Amino acid sequence: MFKIVRKKELNSSVTLMEIEAPFVAKKAKAGQFIIFRIDEKSERVPLTIAGYDREKGTVTIIFQKVGFATISLGNLNEGDYIRDFVGPLGKPTAVEGKKRVCVVGGGVGCAIALPSAQAFKEAGAEVDVIVGFRNKDIVILEDEFKACADNLYLMTDDGSYGEQGFVTVKLQQLLEAGREYDEVLAIGPVPMMKFVCKTTEPFGVHTMVSLNPIMVDGTGMCGGCRVTVGGETKFACVDGPEFDGHKVDFAELMNRNSAYRDREAEVSKTHTCRMETMGKKLIP
Amino acid sequence: MANMTLVKTPMPEQDPQVRAHNFEEVALGYTPEMAMEEAGRCLKCKNPKCVEGCPVNIRIPEFIGLVAEGKFQEAYEVITSTNSLPALSGRVCPQETQCEARCVRGVKGEPVAIGRLERFVADWYRENVNAMPQKVESNGKKVAVVGSGPAGLTCASDLAKKGYEVTLFEALHTAGGVLVYGIPEFRLPKSIVANEVKKLEAQGVTVMTNMVIGRVLTIDELFEMGFKAVFVGSGAGLPMFMNIPGESLKGVMSANEYLTRTNLMKAYDADYDTPIIQSKAVAVVGGGNVAMDGARCAMRLGADHVYIVYRRGEAEMPARKEEQHHAKEEGIEFKTLCNPVEILGDENGRVCGIKCIRMELGEPDASGRRRPVEIPGSEFVLDVDTVIMALGTSPNPLIRSTTPGLETNRKGCLIVNEDEMTTREGVFAGGDAVTGAATVILAMGAGKKAAASIDAYLSK
Repeated sequence: MFKIVRKKELNSSVTLMEIEAPFVAKKAKAGQFIIFRIDEKSERVPLTIAGYDREKGTVTIIFQKVGFATISLGNLNEGDYIRDFVGPLGKPTAVEGKKRVCVVGGGVGCAIALPSAQAFKEAGAEVDVIVGFRNKDIVILEDEFKACADNLYLMTDDGSYGEQGFVTVKLQQLLEAGREYDEVLAIGPVPMMKFVCKTTEPFGVHTMVSLNPIMVDGTGMCGGCRVTVGGETKFACVDGPEFDGHKVDFAELMNRNSAYRDREAEVSKTHTCRMETMGKKLIP
Repeated sequence: MANMTLVKTPMPEQDPQVRAHNFEEVALGYTPEMAMEEAGRCLKCKNPKCVEGCPVNIRIPEFIGLVAEGKFQEAYEVITSTNSLPALSGRVCPQETQCEARCVRGVKGEPVAIGRLERFVADWYRENVNAMPQKVESNGKKVAVVGSGPAGLTCASDLAKKGYEVTLFEALHTAGGVLVYGIPEFRLPKSIVANEVKKLEAQGVTVMTNMVIGRVLTIDELFEMGFKAVFVGSGAGLPMFMNIPGESLKGVMSANEYLTRTNLMKAYDADYDTPIIQSKAVAVVGGGNVAMDGARCAMRLGADHVYIVYRRGEAEMPARKEEQHHAKEEGIEFKTLCNPVEILGDENGRVCGIKCIRMELGEPDASGRRRPVEIPGSEFVLDVDTVIMALGTSPNPLIRSTTPGLETNRKGCLIVNEDEMTTREGVFAGGDAVTGAATVILAMGAGKKAAASIDAYLSK
């Protein structure tokens, strides 16, 4: 059993949790992921690691409450336990040997872009960060990014905070202005990562993306997370989760990620939140 | 006077029409009367060939003789003196190519039902006695066992019996390896595996789940932690695909994924959150036990049509005969001498068919089986919405890639010497991690042998 030692709502749909998991905390590196399972009857869900504290033996996860499992996890509180928490899985972000990088995060993807940005900084690179959100209300981790970035560019779709526009707009500006990067690392929704790759391609900038496909075991056993990279089949859990974005077949990835979407939609239609039902009984 | 009936005492089974829609065990097991009757068919050969056919050399005529006399507990003790997991091997061993293949009764008529008797004895003991083993006094030496499948369970049990302080590491959230994620409930109830794990814990073995060795801890770190020897029984878990067009469509998955969702994650039970594809027609590609398991799960999960697509003939199928027979009884359609060439998708990126080509058998290949050859122009399409690839598996590279000095062969299997020691001092290995995908009983045999070698190594 793994204890939730801290819980913080970062915005209306994004939650941070710090989980007591000493074995994972000891080994975790930026870019790797964990798999959690709430109880005996829950799914196994992969989440990229948002931070860790080796001394305290804790691992931080930040997740958006979008599916059945993440909504259930979000309903738990400090002091509660979850059944399983396994990791670190996958390969860490390759931070060595880079002088100047740009880390691009979108929405909740910023949660996992942060440790990679920090790791690049620690490895001695100059780090530009571009983060994008739909609007001001859902901006997360601004202070943390400020602390590790040489230049932070905060973008919102509606211009309610920072600059108006998608992350790709800013990236394009920087590249056109002659900014040179050894690597761009993009972490966020699949369409965002795809367009970041399209933006960097004409400039010939090496671009990595962090993929989070459907997965069961996370150890290379099920093959559910297979992605096509440069014409070859790779397993995101053991070969990734970060891949050369210019070689990733994004259309296939998006198709595969929708495999259980109908079912999820069905569940959310028929599923009535227990808390809500209880709440309504108390306050009619 | 022996019972000279030419056929085995029939095994009571769930009706095929009924069981094709539930996950309860298919074979219900002998009653004591049936077991004693069947045991009476054994001729108690002076030179028993069956024992030679058993990878763990169970003293078969001896235990069967005790069953015939109704001494079931004594029979259990004879079996467990060489095989610690009889409830498992009695159910999943390919007896027809091992012990029973050598039985003299098989020369004229059917061999003695050795597997069914082994299962009976194990079940009788669990239901009537189930005494938890005692913890042996510790010798103070720590051994790590990596993987809790048949090889790891056997190795851990044998080492614990000798007083070693054993920690068993499992990557998934439940111990049992392929016995829990792969083999379905209707063939091997998970409560039986759980009972074996409970017995290990009673022997003092520490079971740690969620421990992916190679990531969470490396083999070198295990030694730093004070383990004096390591047994690697991490199996062959990496699924193979065919590399044909359409394999990335929604609705194509490895048998490992389909079975893990169904068995380990209990997708068939509405109380569990595990999503599984709702299929109408399923093609399972392959002819082994895993293919049969996948097909029979698909039928139970509600598919109207389930096909086994296999490139060789039925006689060449590696699956146990009983599984093939059960699958057919349950309505699985066999498309043998057929090989997929492409998986077809609809406008939503979902599978809508599988294009196959008919095959004929040519000259024998390296495996001694006749090589299937394509018949040009014989392509046809099977209308399916799900394709399950059960083509075999290879060992997971996680441990070998994080352990310097651990050598593997071309297929990624760990290289071991005659004592099951790998190319790293103090690191032993056995089961599918060494042989590539094989059987539960061979893995148990290797785990047993490795335990003896580890004991010899640490007693030096």
